[in-house]
Amino acid sequence: MKDVAIIGVGQSSFVRGYEGSIRELAFEAFREAMKDAGITQKEVDASVFCSAPEYDKQRSPAGVLAEYLGLIPQPTFYAESVCSSSSTGVKLGYSMIKSGLHDIVVVLGFQKMSEITSAESQERMGRGADIQWEAPFGTMMPAYYALYAQAYMAKHGLTHDDLMNVRIKASTYGVINERAVYRKPVKPEDFKQGDPEAKMAGPVAWPLRVGDCCANADGSSCIILANAEKAKALSKKPVWIIGIGAASEAVNMAARPDFTKGLSVGYAAAAQAYKMAGITVKNVKVAEVHDCFTIAEIMAYEGLGFAPMGEGKQLIREKATYKEGRIPVNVDGGLLSKGHPIGATGGSQIRTIVLQIRGEAGPMQVAGEPDIGLVHNIGGVGLYGNVTIFGR
Amino acid sequence: MGFEKFGRKSFTAVTKTSKFVDLLAEGKVEGTVCKDCGAKFFPPRADCAKCLSKNMDWFEMPKKGKLETFTTAYYAPFGFEADPPYTMGVVDFGGGLKLFARIAKDIKPEEVKVGMDVTIRPLKYDDGQISFEVSKT
Repeated sequence: MKDVAIIGVGQSSFVRGYEGSIRELAFEAFREAMKDAGITQKEVDASVFCSAPEYDKQRSPAGVLAEYLGLIPQPTFYAESVCSSSSTGVKLGYSMIKSGLHDIVVVLGFQKMSEITSAESQERMGRGADIQWEAPFGTMMPAYYALYAQAYMAKHGLTHDDLMNVRIKASTYGVINERAVYRKPVKPEDFKQGDPEAKMAGPVAWPLRVGDCCANADGSSCIILANAEKAKALSKKPVWIIGIGAASEAVNMAARPDFTKGLSVGYAAAAQAYKMAGITVKNVKVAEVHDCFTIAEIMAYEGLGFAPMGEGKQLIREKATYKEGRIPVNVDGGLLSKGHPIGATGGSQIRTIVLQIRGEAGPMQVAGEPDIGLVHNIGGVGLYGNVTIFGR
Repeated sequence: MGFEKFGRKSFTAVTKTSKFVDLLAEGKVEGTVCKDCGAKFFPPRADCAKCLSKNMDWFEMPKKGKLETFTTAYYAPFGFEADPPYTMGVVDFGGGLKLFARIAKDIKPEEVKVGMDVTIRPLKYDDGQISFEVSKT
């Protein structure tokens, strides 16, 4: 299906403490994507802005950012599904174009997490879960994902070393990604229990440790979508959206059917996307998955069908998801090392896959000219799941 | 008594299920059941997600369950700084009924195991907040 293509991608560097406001942060990704697409603002019909609320003070950011980017008086609006906001934005943009309403749509994800403290950030993120019935216990994102990690360790024989090896893989590519927030290598000794020098070893929400948690960051991403006619006219290398899946799940942990089976939204969104694309998992040559925590990458392998349920650990043990492996995953550093500026994350994952399919990923480029790539982007603790498949 | 009394720190003051807190004060941990279709819910709901009825009643949660999974938090979000470490977990009572809560301090961290038999009990904090916790059978 070649109805909607990506004709431009952009991303700011992901950093701690961006020295500028959210509109200036948004400009960084937008400028790069517009130059990539080779278009001017007059050619853009509409824009969708994506972030998780309450990190900055701006209410209704879409109009404010659209004006700063020179995208008025065109229609603009705001999309939110916490950590998957910009995947949701791309789905909306796709729908706006496919419906025939618009020809070219800009989807811009942004987050400036450093406007608040880490403890405040934990509280905000915890409130992306059930504020009435769970937040009163002092919940936070690492604790929720730790519930899954604990269940996987008890049932599937997942080990701390498996989780550590996901982090080590991420760091391998964080080192070579100049847009990543965490560019240092991670070594097994960094996880050594009881060693005060081991900076990744400290418990956060057991069994998850510091090194199992993604890096908070400030950042922006921009994806420019066009219909087939415009894409063919404007772009030498359009990358087509060939499959989209999205799903939702009960917010409260008490309503989750089985913690040993991972996130239901991962399975549901993947099934929809594969069906729409008319492909199977075997056709996917490179993937970006939502590794907000190491356990989340293991669960993603299973939800996407890269490994059977409960066997995700085997892929990291066999190094199958390294750049040279059977199915390269997060070879840009992932959320763990590249960073996770919530609203910008999905767009950044999409940018990585677009560059891979175009053969422009530089030192991160996967061999064999990948023709099909996949993005898996989760919001909250599997509250929202988005899988988007791209092809040439 | 309003819902701001619930938990270590409540983020919700007004809900049609605030009777939950009164029941905790009486020593009972209760969910809601739909009088029309029989669907049971925990946490409690004022409205039935299955048949859209608003005709709900309270029922006492089972006493015996198994700990499905758990985590120990060594850091806490804003407003909970005095509490770590604290352990939270999911209890499965069977029949689709589960709950999420903190695990009682009298269970030593090394004793907590996936699959262990547990029960639940109301809990009153020194500052007057009311909650419930997972405890030994």
